[in-house]
Amino acid sequence: MPAGTLYRGREGMWSWVAHRVTGVLIFFFLFVHVLDTALVRVSPEAYDKVVATYKTPIVALLEYGLVAAILFHALNGLRVIAVDFWSKGPRYQKQMFWTVMGVWIVLMAGAIYPVLGHAYRVLFGS
Amino acid sequence: MSTTETPASGVGPVEGAPVYTVDTPAPLIEAPRKRTKKSPRSTRGNFELAAWLFMRLSGIVLVVLVIGHLLIQLVLDGGVSKVGFAFVAGRWASPFWQVWDLLMLWLAMLHGANGLRTIINDYAERPASRLWLKALLYTATVFTILLGTLVIFTFDPNIR
Ligand code: HEM
Ligand code: HEM
Repeated sequence: MPAGTLYRGREGMWSWVAHRVTGVLIFFFLFVHVLDTALVRVSPEAYDKVVATYKTPIVALLEYGLVAAILFHALNGLRVIAVDFWSKGPRYQKQMFWTVMGVWIVLMAGAIYPVLGHAYRVLFGS
Repeated sequence: MSTTETPASGVGPVEGAPVYTVDTPAPLIEAPRKRTKKSPRSTRGNFELAAWLFMRLSGIVLVVLVIGHLLIQLVLDGGVSKVGFAFVAGRWASPFWQVWDLLMLWLAMLHGANGLRTIINDYAERPASRLWLKALLYTATVFTILLGTLVIFTFDPNIR
């Protein structure tokens, strides 16, 4: 760790790194997503053709990754807001981080079937 | 020559309060960055404060908008398999979902663009790289917001 940085590892720093990385990823996705949605102004066929790629197993895996990024960024964002505005926030930041991770794991487990189920059926039949 | 003046010290006058009082026998020293009548009027606005606040307020609203959007697109009613032109036509027939998507577009783009501005400020050190990266960021942001807004307002279910 270079000297003079504010954070010294542990939950506080790594959650900040992950918040930054997920934020950038979501932004780049959104840019492409608005472009692909704009195809509804070209023709139904053009739009449906691009959306068909969203339904392939490999892209389904990417969608699962996108859900992971958004859920982490959203939950940790709420934690950051609590640290800033709740008087006891800074004292409980570590507990809140592990709460975020717990909720995140539960939600990600719940998302497996809805998000990846159709890919499973494509690959292994119903 | 007798002198009744207080001895010279490095303590300057403090606005609105005497330097010594019974309660403060030690000289009262003004907080270093306190703004007083004498400090020049700030030439900077409160842009960074507004941006900081916006990140938090938009974040709270985006939790509902984006997670609701993902639930509709990826989880409910067959997940991503049902998405297609006909599905979009059905959704944008309702002003409620038009406003939802419009708000989500503007808030997410402005929130994300402001976040990227912070990141550029953190990592790009040469003035020229900062300028060009921000020019690229702002161009892409304005373009995306305008395109997305136009698509929502001009959507035509009977295009073909
Ligand atoms: C893979 C997951 C996603 C799918 C399948 C999906 C699907 C769609 C569909 C079908 C539309 C058309 C309108 C509608 O039905 O509401 C749409 C629009 C939109 N989505 Fe998503 N979406 C996904 C993820 C996201 C995420 C993560 C965000 C935000 C960060 C987002 C932001 C938007 C916006 C802003 C619009 C309006 C676009 C415009 O104005 O042209 N979407 N999405
Ligand atoms: C889902 C709800 C969301 C919440 C609760 C949320 C919350 C936050 C908060 C509180 C910050 C400020 C962090 C700080 O000042 O340290 C932030 C930063 C950021 N957000 Fe979000 N956000 C959300 C969605 C999004 C979306 C959809 C995008 C992308 C379009 C995004 C991209 C970013 C970026 C790039 C940063 C800057 C990260 C940094 O400076 O390290 N966020 N978010």
